Amino acid sequence: MTHEIILAGFGGQGILSAGRLLAQAGMMDGKQVSWLPSYGPEMRGGTANSSVVISDKPVDSPVLSNASALIVMNKPSLDKFEAWVDKDGIVIIDSSIVDRDVKRKDIESFLIPATKIASDMGNTAYANIILLGKLIQERQIVTLENFEKALYVVLPPKKHHMIPEEMEALKIGMNYADK
Amino acid sequence: MGQKLLMKGNEAIAEAAIRAGCLHYFGYPITPQTEIAHYMAKKLPKVGGVFLQAESEVAAINMVYGAGSTGTRVMTSSSSPGISLKQEGLSYLAGSEVPAVVVNIVRGGPGLGGIQPAQSDYFQATKGGGHGDYKQIVLAPSSVQELYELTVEAFNLADRYRIVVMVMGDGILGQMMEVVEFRDKEPIERPDAPWATTGHGCERSQNVITSIHLSPAVLEKMNLSRLEKYKQIEEKECRYELFNDEDAEFFIVAYGTVARIAKSVIETARQEGLNVGLIRPVTLWPFPRKAIDKVMGTAKAFLTVEMSAGQMLEDVMLSVCGRKPVYFHGRMGGMVPAKEDILQKLREMKEQLG
Amino acid sequence: MAIIFQKPKALKDTSMHYCPGCTHGIAHRLVAEALDELEIEGRTIGIASVGCSYNSYDYFGCDMIQAPHGRAPAVATGVKRSKPDSIVFTYQGDGDLAAIGTGEIVHAAARGEKITVIFINNTIYGMTSGQMAPTTLLNQYSTTTPYGRIADLHGYPIKVCELLATLDGPAYIERASLADVKQIKNAKKAVKKAFQVQMAGLGFSMVELLSTCPTNWGLNPLESMNRVKDELVLHYPLGVFKGESLEV
Ligand code: SF4
Repeated sequence: MTHEIILAGFGGQGILSAGRLLAQAGMMDGKQVSWLPSYGPEMRGGTANSSVVISDKPVDSPVLSNASALIVMNKPSLDKFEAWVDKDGIVIIDSSIVDRDVKRKDIESFLIPATKIASDMGNTAYANIILLGKLIQERQIVTLENFEKALYVVLPPKKHHMIPEEMEALKIGMNYADK
Repeated sequence: MGQKLLMKGNEAIAEAAIRAGCLHYFGYPITPQTEIAHYMAKKLPKVGGVFLQAESEVAAINMVYGAGSTGTRVMTSSSSPGISLKQEGLSYLAGSEVPAVVVNIVRGGPGLGGIQPAQSDYFQATKGGGHGDYKQIVLAPSSVQELYELTVEAFNLADRYRIVVMVMGDGILGQMMEVVEFRDKEPIERPDAPWATTGHGCERSQNVITSIHLSPAVLEKMNLSRLEKYKQIEEKECRYELFNDEDAEFFIVAYGTVARIAKSVIETARQEGLNVGLIRPVTLWPFPRKAIDKVMGTAKAFLTVEMSAGQMLEDVMLSVCGRKPVYFHGRMGGMVPAKEDILQKLREMKEQLG
Repeated sequence: MAIIFQKPKALKDTSMHYCPGCTHGIAHRLVAEALDELEIEGRTIGIASVGCSYNSYDYFGCDMIQAPHGRAPAVATGVKRSKPDSIVFTYQGDGDLAAIGTGEIVHAAARGEKITVIFINNTIYGMTSGQMAPTTLLNQYSTTTPYGRIADLHGYPIKVCELLATLDGPAYIERASLADVKQIKNAKKAVKKAFQVQMAGLGFSMVELLSTCPTNWGLNPLESMNRVKDELVLHYPLGVFKGESLEV
């Protein structure tokens, strides 16, 4: 089984760190993983994306031209990457920012107002985690246990006190009932 | 094997250098390789090493020249425009046979170009971007694990042959994260350096490190002796990987990131009835001609894929030497060859060759 | 028979290639005497530059590295940082140090690199045959200022000691002259002090030596010495620019 995941949005929405969390947790699950960020000026406010591959066998190419899963946190990213999604692939959309659903009929989509939910929780920085929650729920990409452990590795120690809340956000995303 | 970590390519290079006993780093900031400097700046002072941000790329490579002259393991890293500035120093290092490791995380050019991945510094790296008849060993890793292993190896090769070894990656390799499994103990070879300028202590005769020889006869002799060394390296140090090479008809030749993409094409190609193998040069200089010879029996044609206008292509053509057709697919400026485009090229080749 | 004069131990027993009346020989001797008197030759690494003194390693007996044009301070930095217990000096002319190598000297000084720079200022490019140097005086003729150096066209000469003395990194900067016995004696003290500053780990030290180039000045040796005494010192005043009260 190979998951090829693209996460895309604006710089500053936690797109890169969401990807790192998946890769880190995947590695802890004993899988082969790669994480490739977009880099350069995008990081300072433009668009950002990261590609994550989690597989049972060695990762051939970290550079994706198609994806089994897509998380988008802005509209340009949905416009760009919708066509990249494999048939029967999954798209998770932050519907508080993106005002449309997917156009294709051969892929599955979930609309979650993640930024709004996160803001109600008191911290918009959890939006990416909420979206990851849905992806993990639907595709079992990584185990919850190792996702939590990955948070301790990826987040700097001064943010470790936020981890229980991050896990709560993850569960909100997992249980979010859409459409 | 020891510890396993999810690591950025650039950080793996820096960690590898430290593990290889390189405690001196001189560099100048440039994207997409600055994480190497960040890592060194953080780690080196803690292990008794020296990190120094130089005032220019030119100064940095000359600091490397100075430290290397004392027999110290030393490294600098940069990306394409910065590596151009270092060419003067590289030529001096070659001319005075001072070992050093130089990392180039290549970005698109020419000029200031862009900051996205490219392989367009192949000529500069393998044919000698500086002046004079000289060579440097060029290693081309294609995974973060290999960035680590080949960086360690780079220091051993540099010391063994008193030569500059360039580790050449691209923006993708530098920026991506993969799992690295570190060895408990690095295979470090450190020959004595009786040539080093360490101060003669009034115990031995003077050591001089220089590349200037105004007598043509002497200068030619120096060059000839280096050629001898280069020949030895060509014989002993060629490295490559062959994949699906048993009975393949079409061979992709690609290195670094592009080799990874090429590999991911092979399975799909097979389903279409295209039997494709991969030749992945690990040393770009010396170029592994043997690998081409090896597959000549079954190969109908070769396809070189690069993130350049076709630079390694020339070495592939020289190695194939007219025996079989050689095709090319390249992207430039930071564009990355897509799987589908490589497949399409293979289909066209099959059609043309029947 | 008592020996009353001999070469310093730190100079090799070979004859030098410098032109008659050139002060490179004197400057070499002052450096070598300092190495002898301070007993540091064995742990000294010299950096030769590009110019007439490119092969000063044929004369100095200590370990030497020949640096690319202008880069000697960077090479010296690499040596000193990898062998902090060594004594490191560069020997550079004005074209090397103040034109192509301006970046390297300014930053080595600003970092306070614990190295000693011997800076030969003869207001001209010697080896390449008499072109304008950054230190060439206004109205001075050279092969690239055949009508004299004109401020409007060629800009003004650079006063290196004054420039570097504005930085916090340097511990000791002095300008001396090699024009007569008295001044050479002073120069000797300055060179020795520069090495002592390095030995004491106090920071960057540099001595600028006003020198001659009879060949490219078109003057005989005596006239050349007089030019240093009468003309150069007016534009390049002698003295200590940094670290006057330094005790070593
Ligand atoms: S050209 Fe000038 S500086 Fe050079 S050796 Fe002759 S006199 Fe001295």
